[in-house]
Amino acid sequence: MATRAEPGKLGRLERPALAGVLVREIVNFSSYWRSSTFSSTVEPTIYLLAFGFGFGSLVSTIGGYSYVEFVGTGTVATAVLFSSAFPAMFGTFVKYQFQRTYDAILAAPVDTEELVTAEALWIATRASVYGCVPMFVAMVFGLDPSWGMLTVPLIAWVSGFGWACFGIMIAGFASSIENFNYVVSAVLTPLFLVAGTFFPIEGLPEWAQVLAKFNPLYHCVELVRHAVFGFEGWVDVASVGALVLFGLVMWRIAIHAMERKLID
Amino acid sequence: MSPELAIRLRGVVKHYGPIRAVDGLDLDVPLGTCVGLLGPNGAGKSTTMRLLTAQAIADEGELAVLGHKLPDDSKAARALCGVSPQLDNLDVTLTVEQNLLVFAYLYRVPRSERREAVERSLELARLGDRRDMKVDKLSGGMRRRLLIARALVHQPRLILLDEPTVGLDPQVRQELWALIDALRSQGTTILMSTHYIEEAQRLADTVLIMSHGKGVASGPPAELVTEHAGHEVLEVYGPPERLLEVQAEAAEAGLRTRRTGTSISILGVDGDGYPVEGERRPANLEDVFVLLTGEEID
Repeated sequence: MATRAEPGKLGRLERPALAGVLVREIVNFSSYWRSSTFSSTVEPTIYLLAFGFGFGSLVSTIGGYSYVEFVGTGTVATAVLFSSAFPAMFGTFVKYQFQRTYDAILAAPVDTEELVTAEALWIATRASVYGCVPMFVAMVFGLDPSWGMLTVPLIAWVSGFGWACFGIMIAGFASSIENFNYVVSAVLTPLFLVAGTFFPIEGLPEWAQVLAKFNPLYHCVELVRHAVFGFEGWVDVASVGALVLFGLVMWRIAIHAMERKLID
Repeated sequence: MSPELAIRLRGVVKHYGPIRAVDGLDLDVPLGTCVGLLGPNGAGKSTTMRLLTAQAIADEGELAVLGHKLPDDSKAARALCGVSPQLDNLDVTLTVEQNLLVFAYLYRVPRSERREAVERSLELARLGDRRDMKVDKLSGGMRRRLLIARALVHQPRLILLDEPTVGLDPQVRQELWALIDALRSQGTTILMSTHYIEEAQRLADTVLIMSHGKGVASGPPAELVTEHAGHEVLEVYGPPERLLEVQAEAAEAGLRTRRTGTSISILGVDGDGYPVEGERRPANLEDVFVLLTGEEID
């Protein structure tokens, strides 16, 4: 039998392993991009239009912004959440439980850490594109373009990475897909409402305002708004820090949760 | 460890809660051979397969695959192995060709060889004319062939086949046997688990009979049969009382028996002269299996 050079112990987070998982996602995306793009863009657009015009007729300005501008920038965070946390939760569970895709991938030279990382990178990238949709829609309704807008995909990417890891973590800990209802109702819905998307959190009671500071969605909303209307210095640095921290913590917990699930 | 062994397991134990799924298993798979793990469902075959890809981590014992110690070096070992799992995990929304292409990436086939690797696997699975078909449109036999071809896309030196023909009709099973036999004759090392006696008997150079997580006997199928069940078996049919008598007489004569549904089989009745009427047939692995484990297969 021909002998060839034996590879030694392989490292962690190797590029070929990440690339393998990403290629699988990209090839798969070619078969479902229409439906995914539809839901990820239409949902936030509906929110934008409903709130923008519904409330907009009652409230003309908030904090110096027209209400469409306020909601148009705020729903970027909503679009990011919808196109990262939700696909991550459901996609991970389906690939683990029903399609057993992860069994096939982990039999190849890919570790759980690489699998989770590649999945999150992919979802974050998609979310950074879908996240910009509400901003474009708002531009149609009068939001003025600005240079700061160019940083919005990056902000969306960092948030999307954190939410993707959050979704993977939930799928890793959930024993059935019905458990997601608890997470959606008790975690995502409150976070989504108390993020300053549709109304400024300054109107909320003191304790809710403090809690909002721990809401990654709030930091995403603030950063996007400041990117569009002008950055405000240290507040924004703190928000970037909060999003990066959120992403890192979720990333490690997601890997841990999936290792528990996938390796007996 | 000896370099001629593709797989070496010593004293491997794996618990799931109070259940010892694998219970002190020793296993040698020499390079270039086909070894069959034979046992009923629940004997620990699939757990053994998962241990070999570090998708399950052993509680005790030593495991080495192609010279790599598990679980520490399992990634390097996995790069050199192909795996065809018991439960089909093809990407059903992708085409045949896309499934193979994705695995060419996952198994790190160099860019310049990827195209060729996919073509080779398509040919192996005889699915060249269905390359653009979605997997969920394929028949059960085609999916199985694709699953095995997918495991071979990087031309591994060792392939793990977990129940390669489970749930397929006899004709499709024969096709797959031909495929596996061709691999073996090309020098690919194969570890195959099965609960089909005939499959083990036809394909395996060596069989390890497993029961309750342990290996109870191992050797070339023909030798196992001769050693444990002799050459010929006398199957005696009759009413239950008669069968009990036959059983008692055989025990007196120092022969072993097993119940086979409506008959009783007297093992090791080599040559003429046994004073009971019945049908003679060659002894087989199933006799050995039942004798050694007291369990029926299937």
